Amino acid sequence: MQASTVVLGVIGADVHAVGNKILDFAFTNAGFTVINLGVMVSQEEFIEAAIESDAAAILVSSLYGHGDIDCRGLREKCQEAGIGDIRLYVGGNLVVGKADFTQVEKTFKNMGFDRVYPPSADLDEEIAEIKSDLGIG
Amino acid sequence: MRYILCADFGSTYTKLTAIDMQDLRTLGTSAAYTTVQTNILDGYANALDKLEKDIGRLDYDKRLAASSAAGGLKMIAVGLVPRLTSNAAKLAASSAGAKLIATYSYDLSDAELAEIFDYKPDMILLSGGIDGGNKDVILNNAEKIARIECSFPVVVAGNKSAADEVARILESGGKEAVITENVMPELNKLNIESAKAAIRELFIRRIIDAKGLAEANAMMSLEIIPTPLAVFNACEALSDFGTLTAVDVGGATTDVYSMADGLPENSAVIEKGLREPFAKRSIEGDLGVRYSIDSLIKEAGIERIAAASGASPEDVIEHSRKCAQDTSAVFPPGSTDAKIDNALAGECVRISMNRHAGRLETVYTNMGEVQIQTGKDLTKTKYLFGTGGSVINSDAPEDIMAKALYSKADYDILKPENPKIIIDRNNILTAMGLLTRVDKKSALSIMKKELMNKEDM
Repeated sequence: MQASTVVLGVIGADVHAVGNKILDFAFTNAGFTVINLGVMVSQEEFIEAAIESDAAAILVSSLYGHGDIDCRGLREKCQEAGIGDIRLYVGGNLVVGKADFTQVEKTFKNMGFDRVYPPSADLDEEIAEIKSDLGIG
Repeated sequence: MRYILCADFGSTYTKLTAIDMQDLRTLGTSAAYTTVQTNILDGYANALDKLEKDIGRLDYDKRLAASSAAGGLKMIAVGLVPRLTSNAAKLAASSAGAKLIATYSYDLSDAELAEIFDYKPDMILLSGGIDGGNKDVILNNAEKIARIECSFPVVVAGNKSAADEVARILESGGKEAVITENVMPELNKLNIESAKAAIRELFIRRIIDAKGLAEANAMMSLEIIPTPLAVFNACEALSDFGTLTAVDVGGATTDVYSMADGLPENSAVIEKGLREPFAKRSIEGDLGVRYSIDSLIKEAGIERIAAASGASPEDVIEHSRKCAQDTSAVFPPGSTDAKIDNALAGECVRISMNRHAGRLETVYTNMGEVQIQTGKDLTKTKYLFGTGGSVINSDAPEDIMAKALYSKADYDILKPENPKIIIDRNNILTAMGLLTRVDKKSALSIMKKELMNKEDM
């Protein structure tokens, strides 16, 4: 596995491109090899890209409030595809309305995500956490 | 340079075309049965006799040749993910003029290895993993391919970080390995020129000899190339006149060529997946009017062919029996068999174009309607060329080619909407492709005169 390679994209029918570009920039600057799939990315595209690139993590963004339905089953599909151990991260405006974040976090962790980030997450802290998860300095 | 002779050693016929380089025109063509069992030059000599009877004996300054005899350049492409490196490998082999017989993905299974052994490919293109990406699968597949008891060379065009080890493994199994650049160095980035060059080099160095073409090759001014590569070169040259698609319907396969960037016509459309090359060839091994007639009828549906030809389903079955018995069968124009042949060729054109062209999908999001394009948008291509025996010998070639056009029934497939349809009536495309290798400008002038009407330009 390539510890510093991550697959990045905005899941589902979500066309929010700005955050995606910022994440690409920030993770690249932090020393990651970023495979950026852009917007409107399906679960299959994330998985196929992770297989070819031997990525250590998939970073899923969702801004339009349908993250719950879009992300369901991603972990299981990774397991079926032979990359069940890959780290999964998700962040953004994951559900519609002002839901309690601890509840949102629980939902996505139950789905198999390793870490869940709210819209207010600090990008530097986020990157530091992910680096430590992946064992890179 | 006055006269050039172009030869095309086909699976059934050896075709010759004499070209006058001063007047920039073709002087004549001839054909004789290909004699691959005895000596390929016997058929060549027979065709030359016929040509000389027509146009007299000429002193040829150059002789050029292409070949699809003895099965053509039979290749197998191997990659990792079907939509990614497997697809890239497939595109690379196709654009090198190979007769692609199978494409595999992921770790090869024993059943797939047995298939490869049975296919006896001339060459394998092995890819897998973007640069710096997955190495395990290409290494495993190299181990497995090394153990197959056939002597074929392997073009290694996968993850650069694994390439040297892959080559060592293959060589330890007695296979020649040629390392080239990765066909997909970055995700969804295609890079096929290096692999294409390696395939061509291997074809010249190893395959020509193995196919019994060495003696013919020695007579030529340039090395023999695979026939589809000659057609590919002709289409690439023709794209100087505007974007185009071309369909070559044969007895065993149907080939589609497109020369267009294929980017979305509407800037609001989001592109997905692999951006395909400007010059793309696809090859359909299950679509052909003779050797592949059974798989063609299965794919098209017997009712559809019956309806299109005005024949009964029983007639279609009877026709397929005749064609299987005699693969060089020709039927009199207007006969039921000829009508069925036209319908079959039309289906080859329709289905192969459906597979070649890109798709446009409408997705409804909370930001409104969004359109997603995968593959090439060919709706605005300017020309549509038809070639191959069953198109050019038909009494209704335009009707056959019209099956390639955009249709409401397949509304999501981005096929040509209103191209100028041009039939390669005198079968000069292969010869012109060969000519581009020595003088592209003259080849273009001849094609302009003999293939396209000047007022359409």
